Amino acid sequence: MNLVVNGKNTDITDGLTVSELLTKEDVKMPQMVSVELNGKILKRSEFETTRLRADDKVEFLYYMGGGTCL
Amino acid sequence: MSLTDKQIERYSRHIILEQVGGAGQEKLLTSKVLIIGAGGLGAPAGLYLAAAGVGTIGIVDGDNVDLSNLQRQIIHHTADVGAEKIRSAEAKMLAINPEIRVKAYKQWAKADNIRQIIRDYDFVIDGTDNFAAKFLVNDACYFEKVPFSHAGILRFDGQLITVLPGETTCYRCIFDGPPPANAVPSCSQAGVLGVLAGVVGSLQATEAIKCLLGLGDLLTGTLLTYSALSMDFRKISLNRNPECPLCGDDPKITELKDEEQTVCDPNNCEC
Repeated sequence: MNLVVNGKNTDITDGLTVSELLTKEDVKMPQMVSVELNGKILKRSEFETTRLRADDKVEFLYYMGGGTCL
Repeated sequence: MSLTDKQIERYSRHIILEQVGGAGQEKLLTSKVLIIGAGGLGAPAGLYLAAAGVGTIGIVDGDNVDLSNLQRQIIHHTADVGAEKIRSAEAKMLAINPEIRVKAYKQWAKADNIRQIIRDYDFVIDGTDNFAAKFLVNDACYFEKVPFSHAGILRFDGQLITVLPGETTCYRCIFDGPPPANAVPSCSQAGVLGVLAGVVGSLQATEAIKCLLGLGDLLTGTLLTYSALSMDFRKISLNRNPECPLCGDDPKITELKDEEQTVCDPNNCEC
C-alpha cells in the first residue's frame, strides 16, 4: 500500500507499525524523532501499537540543536 | 515620532514598500527584539535587524568568541577572538546602525533570569545551541506571552517555526522534552555548513520583522525545513497538541525550570 512519508510517496507492506516504518526508513535513532500521523503528534508509546493505513500522511520530525554551537 | 531626512534616506528601500511605508519604519524604530545566543543564528539576525532599524535589540550570551566560531558567526571578526560575544555583536550592530540601542546581557539564559529579560521585548529569536536552552526559551516565552522564532541547524539541514504562545503550536507540542542524553550530536561533533546558519538566521529575522509589522503569513503552526544539499524547502503543518505538557489541555509544566543538558559526552556517544 502507499502512504506519504515526509512528502514522498512510499510503498510499504500492509499492517506495518510506526516503529517498523522507522526501521524500514533507516532512521538510526528513533529516540531523536517525533512522529506526526495525519496531523496528530503520536506519543512515543504509540509507535509500536499504531498500524499504518493506506494514504496515511506521516512526518518524521527531528530534534535539531545548533545555533551558537558548542 | 517622525522620521528625519537622514532616516528617510537610510530606510528608503523599506519606506517605498507599500506594506511598510513610513509608518511601518517608525514602528520598527520603536520595536524591541531579543536575540538569545550571539552565534550562528543570532549573527545574521542581529546584523539584519540592526540594519532594518529595529530600535532596541537585546543580545544574551555568556560566551567569548573562539576561532572556530568565525566559519559561520559572521557578526564576529578575527580581531574579536577572545572578546565577549555580546560586546563583539554590539559593536557590529552599532557600526551598521548607530541610531539603534543595543542591550547586552552577559549571561547564559537560565530559569532564574530569562523571564525578567524576555518580558521587555516584542519578539524573541532563539539562537541557542542546545536543547535545554531551546525548551527554556519556549517555556519562558509561553509564560510571558512573547512571540518567538525557534530554529535549529545541524550539518546541512535547518528548521524553524514561529510561535505565538498559547495560540499556536509550540516546541513542546512537537517534542515534549529534551532527547535522551548521548543521542544528540552537537555541531562541534557533527559539523554544520556555515552558510546554513546565515540562511536560517536570516529567515528568523524575516519572521521578526513580519510579526512586528503584522505582514503576511507567519510560520505559525508550520515547521519550515530546509536542506542545503537538495535545496528543498518544505512546510510541514503541525497542529497544536492537546497533550502538550506546556500549552495543552492538562499542562504538567506550570513554572519555569531548567532542563538537563543533553549534548553527547564524546567518550560515550552513540550518535
